[in-house]
Amino acid sequence: GIPIRTTLDNSTTVQYAGLLQQLTMKARSTVRDIDPQNDLTFLRIRSKKHEIMVAPDKEYLLIVIQNPCE
Amino acid sequence: MSENLVSGKTSLKGPKTSAKKQKGENKAKESSKGKRTQLGKKDKIDLSMASIGHPEIFPLVFTTKTQEIFNCRVDEDVTEENCFKLIKKEDIIQDLKTRATISDFHPIKKVVLEYPGEELLVVFDAKFQYGQNFYFVASEEAKENLLKPPETAEEKEEEKEEENREETLEVHPYKPPVHKPWVSLGSEKEVEEESVKDTITKIKYMISRVRRKFGAPITFTDKNASHVKDSYVECTSYQDKTYSIKMLEKNVGIQMVPKLREASTQTKWTYPKNAATQYFPRQLSSEEKEESLSSEKLKEFLTSVHLRMEIALQQNEIMNAFFDDWKALAEDESSSGGKPDVYLKAYQSFTDLRHLKDRTISWVCWHPTIYGIIAVSAGERLSYEEQVNLSDKSLLQQSVILFWSFFDPIHPQLMLECPEDIYCFQFSPSDPNIIAGGCINGQVILWDISQHEEKLQNAKTVADGIEITAVNMDNRMGATFENRAETCVQLVTCSPDGSVLFWDIPATKLPEQPSSEKVKEEETFYVPPDVPDTSKHPDVCWKPLIKINLRESDTNIEYGPIRISLKELHYHSKPSEKVQSLNALEVPAKESPYTEMSIPSSKNLKVLENISTDFFVGTEDGEIVYSDWEMEIHSDSAKPVSQKHAQKYIIHTETINTLQRSPFFKDIILSVGGRNFAIWREGVTNGPILQSSCSAGRYTAGQWSLTRPGVFFIGRDDGNIDIWDILKKTHEPSHLQNISKSTITFISPWTASPNQHFLAVSDDLGVLHVWEICQPLSHPSSNEDANVLDYFEREVKYLKYCEQEFQEYQELQAKTELKWSWRHRGRKQV
Repeated sequence: GIPIRTTLDNSTTVQYAGLLQQLTMKARSTVRDIDPQNDLTFLRIRSKKHEIMVAPDKEYLLIVIQNPCE
Repeated sequence: MSENLVSGKTSLKGPKTSAKKQKGENKAKESSKGKRTQLGKKDKIDLSMASIGHPEIFPLVFTTKTQEIFNCRVDEDVTEENCFKLIKKEDIIQDLKTRATISDFHPIKKVVLEYPGEELLVVFDAKFQYGQNFYFVASEEAKENLLKPPETAEEKEEEKEEENREETLEVHPYKPPVHKPWVSLGSEKEVEEESVKDTITKIKYMISRVRRKFGAPITFTDKNASHVKDSYVECTSYQDKTYSIKMLEKNVGIQMVPKLREASTQTKWTYPKNAATQYFPRQLSSEEKEESLSSEKLKEFLTSVHLRMEIALQQNEIMNAFFDDWKALAEDESSSGGKPDVYLKAYQSFTDLRHLKDRTISWVCWHPTIYGIIAVSAGERLSYEEQVNLSDKSLLQQSVILFWSFFDPIHPQLMLECPEDIYCFQFSPSDPNIIAGGCINGQVILWDISQHEEKLQNAKTVADGIEITAVNMDNRMGATFENRAETCVQLVTCSPDGSVLFWDIPATKLPEQPSSEKVKEEETFYVPPDVPDTSKHPDVCWKPLIKINLRESDTNIEYGPIRISLKELHYHSKPSEKVQSLNALEVPAKESPYTEMSIPSSKNLKVLENISTDFFVGTEDGEIVYSDWEMEIHSDSAKPVSQKHAQKYIIHTETINTLQRSPFFKDIILSVGGRNFAIWREGVTNGPILQSSCSAGRYTAGQWSLTRPGVFFIGRDDGNIDIWDILKKTHEPSHLQNISKSTITFISPWTASPNQHFLAVSDDLGVLHVWEICQPLSHPSSNEDANVLDYFEREVKYLKYCEQEFQEYQELQAKTELKWSWRHRGRKQV
């Protein structure tokens, strides 16, 4: 994916955009394989350090990276 | 005779013998039988040419000897043309007698003897017509024929020739075959051989039977031959053991045929191939970005998506899903394990003979950034009364602040000279090169050690450092406390003359030459005269920003604050706003006669509201005063009322030597003084949350632990340190450790690294002990924060409860007194 607007530095943004785009496509295809009527609405990846939330759409993708420690 | 003949001299049929010269001539008849020898035939052997139809001709071999005898030498007497030779019979017989068997005529001896005539014809057979070179004619007739016919034959031949010559074209006339006499050529023998003849005469039997017996009726019956014994003779086969054929060798044919098997494989040829792609990510140009940002689709997308995102974020806020309960459980287990014996391990101790002889250390401070640097301030060991009369005492030694480094326990790294004994000092939190110190005589001194910073970092021994002093106040400084304001530029001091002063540290670096100034102040109780040293320094004015006089509202008695504790204020605003002062009061404090204000350029000031302006003050008399320093204009008198709602607590009996906020909880304060210590909570006005019982010795120093929220250290006058752990025991210290022999004057904990926690303890002898805090004492358990907080809450509740109880009790008391008085009255009346 091509980043349009970001709050991070360029290289990180590009990396996140590319990788998460692919992952979203994969996730969406998985969901649809199981049930063709279904579609992916939200993707959350929790890791040790961050939580990445992805909201997909037909053309756009919104990615939020959050630090989960409260 | 047959054997002789078998010797193969003659053979009529078949191949001729290859002997060129036929030797000898035999008189004996030679029967030319060819190859076939007679088998068992004893008959006369017919040597004649009977087999070929000339029974009177006998071929003979004449040896040379015989030829000489009879003058029929070949090519001499007898030639081809003249091939006839007549030999007398008598000669032959004589020859036969003389030479017997070796005579050539021997085979035809009989024929010769039987010859009727006198002369025998021998013909030289040059062509080997009859097999031999000579032949003997046995009969007269034949002789005659031979002699003559050749003539006739010759004649005929001549005639023929003539005729032929004459009649060349004439067809040969047909001549019917002329009967010729049978000439035996020897085939009779074979015929005889082949014929079957009886060798034995046959036996003839004649059986006769009477005629009438023929044709009689006969009945036949069947009989099994096996039933009757001996009816038949059997010749059964049996294995004859004597006879066995052993197969010694067997020829066996073997053919080797390889097994045919089809197999096939299909391999995929994978070979390593270097492939590299260099790419860079696609990026939109800024116009495209603008365009897509403003597109409708994006807006729709955002509206549709943001709800989901908000839900997710909210969930994250509500609960921390990353919390590992299992791990947390484990930590609790480990902390409640066995107790180690030693909590503090001796690390190092520093003392300097030159400067610290007979001196006591009044204050210890760690360098905030450089590892292993501690600064101690040395002071005179003076008793209370002597301190009063300080003005008369001349200083024997220069007062210094010494910098120690871990790496060099003997030589101090840096020495800061000061005009007077430093009572307390602090590093500026934002700039560790600036040190503010308060002297006994009331001066506030600023040092800038930036030029020596490198030396400090390298921890080389420095002979001594020189220092710069900036002199200002005439108070005996109690405690200096640096305030944070993003960059630390403010200093708060309090002194026993009842004033709390806010100073503004110049933001710019001090020039090489210090700036100092004398400030005129009104005389207060403890003001000693200015030390003349200050006159060295140029006159630069450094005045406090705000001065607050602590007075008891009612009695107008001044407090003598010795320790001050302010709430630490953290700002999240960016330095760009350049907040230089904590707050600028709208009320110009110039009006206050007790205040000398030099308000810095107003453009930098901003009013920051919602800041806590409360502070705790510990006084010399052992009082804890809680008030705020915000000036307010009294509505009536238009005079600023310095403080309101001051609260005073008298818990301690002697001077408070420690008033410190907990590094973990901003509203928990530890106060140590006299024989007890207390923990206070800001906002809880009833009293201290925790108050220790009076101990045997005096508590001389106290500090919170930097790493564990419920632990603090109390120093005593007998050189022991009490380590208190609120979570474990609240009635007595959890651990005691002896540090030195003399009174402990100051404790300062420090966290140098996550694994190294130090405790610097100074004592009255001028020795600085650095101890390492062991892990159980330095590492908090997982929920210690929460636990300690819980504890405080409980205590607060308990206090409230107690108060309530007390109130109720009082009410009850009042009631009962009333009742009593009533009764009394009643009695009186009655």
